[in-house]
Amino acid sequence: MKNLRNRYCIVGVGNTAYGKNPGVSQVAHNILAIRSALEDAGLEAKQLDGILTKAPTSTFPMLWGPKIAEALRVQPKVTGTIDQAGASNIGLIQYAVSAIELGQAEYIAISYGDNPRTGTRASYARPRGEDALAGLFGAPSSYAMVAKRHMYEYGTTPEQLANVAIAHRTHASMNPGAQFQELFTLEDYLASRWVAEPFRLLDCCPVSDGGAAYIITTEENAKELNKEPIYIEGIGQGHPSWDFFRRPELATSGAAIAGKMAFDSAQMTTDDVDFCEIYDCFTIVPLISLEEYGFVKKGEGGSFYEEKRTHLGGELPCNTSGGLLSETGMPGTQLVVEAVRQLRGECENRQVEGAQVGLVSQQGGIMTTHATMLLSNIGAN
Amino acid sequence: MQIKENFNAFEDLVPPITELNKSYRENLAGGRLVLQACMLCNKNQYPFESFCYECGSTDLTEVSSTGEGSVYSFVKVHQPYHPAFKPFIPYFVSTVQLDDGPRMLAAMFESDDILEIGDRVAARIEKISETEAMLLFEKIR
Repeated sequence: MKNLRNRYCIVGVGNTAYGKNPGVSQVAHNILAIRSALEDAGLEAKQLDGILTKAPTSTFPMLWGPKIAEALRVQPKVTGTIDQAGASNIGLIQYAVSAIELGQAEYIAISYGDNPRTGTRASYARPRGEDALAGLFGAPSSYAMVAKRHMYEYGTTPEQLANVAIAHRTHASMNPGAQFQELFTLEDYLASRWVAEPFRLLDCCPVSDGGAAYIITTEENAKELNKEPIYIEGIGQGHPSWDFFRRPELATSGAAIAGKMAFDSAQMTTDDVDFCEIYDCFTIVPLISLEEYGFVKKGEGGSFYEEKRTHLGGELPCNTSGGLLSETGMPGTQLVVEAVRQLRGECENRQVEGAQVGLVSQQGGIMTTHATMLLSNIGAN
Repeated sequence: MQIKENFNAFEDLVPPITELNKSYRENLAGGRLVLQACMLCNKNQYPFESFCYECGSTDLTEVSSTGEGSVYSFVKVHQPYHPAFKPFIPYFVSTVQLDDGPRMLAAMFESDDILEIGDRVAARIEKISETEAMLLFEKIR
């Protein structure tokens, strides 16, 4: 594994308001986020020579990168969209690092923006499996089948799933930008309506409008900009692929392979990690992710959450902004933004004290794709 | 075979007939669950393709499935995502490991509302129009 350390940086992050943004188009969500990231870095749009995009989930248009470039009045040397669903939030960073390494571009913006809440959300309820006659519609039912199998194999309980949702909501209550800041109890969770059993409403992330973006460049360039550089120390990918119900093992994910690759390229171990931002579209996902990364043994993810060890002030704070479950339902781009802000020390009352290394975990489909990134503020000095 | 009450509404959800799925759907309409069998590696597969997922061979034939298997995982759906399923809510969707081949995904309408991983199940084929049927599973009692 090639060592990535101290060479590439995230120098600007930005986001739009989250929730309902009527009248803000998909393009506008991307542009507002990129312009906010440019301002954060102290860069101008004309300095961008790379524009990489994650396609909006609700419509999945072709040639989306060039369309975003047009709306910035930029003709980039490098552009495109990588289809790994949620994992592409990191897959695109890997592509950016590769393009910069090859000398093809210097300042690359990566963005995601969509308006499924006030625009079209039909794709969120589409049938899964071979045809609609199986009765499986939407993402909650498919992830619930993963959760059911995990409960069967490891004895994971509804109370443990509840504690994932409660931890993330507790953090969101300290985040003025979060969509859901009101605390709830285990009793509230148990009383929330069934969506697809074993999932209740509070196991599921919302469908949200929003945009987020980040800017990647070299360490050399980073030192000339506004903010403290945040180093991309390690990246890994691992994709279980296949239709989820045909996968030999359903209660797993690509985190074991992606995580090892990221830790190897960063020359780090789980002991080096101060906090995690983990893709949490449904409560079962971060629980399985922590197991697969090796933070806990297989089957012990549930008790780790139940013992509140992922809360701020605990041994491994996770999803410090509230994650997909409570900050916003955007598919993962916000997790990179939060990790960067944590490492800069910008998170006020939800700040992880002394944070030096953060792990970002992204996955997509139904545990179909997975990517992991290690970020730090340490640098070469 | 008669079309039972509420089953005609599923006609809306029938996938378009293609060269690949034609035989499967016609057999299902006739009350038979068929799979594709590879002549080279002997693995059975579904959905139908022009090649074997296991070994890549293009030498394929059709076999009848016993339709029996075990529940690998399942969910209980409480949301009316499509009106056709509304009369059956809450209903189960199961991933079934067939004894003679692939995993299949299908709905289960169980009157006692009880299902466990590992339960033995059998294919239940219900007519939904003159020319179409849907695959369900039911517990073997």
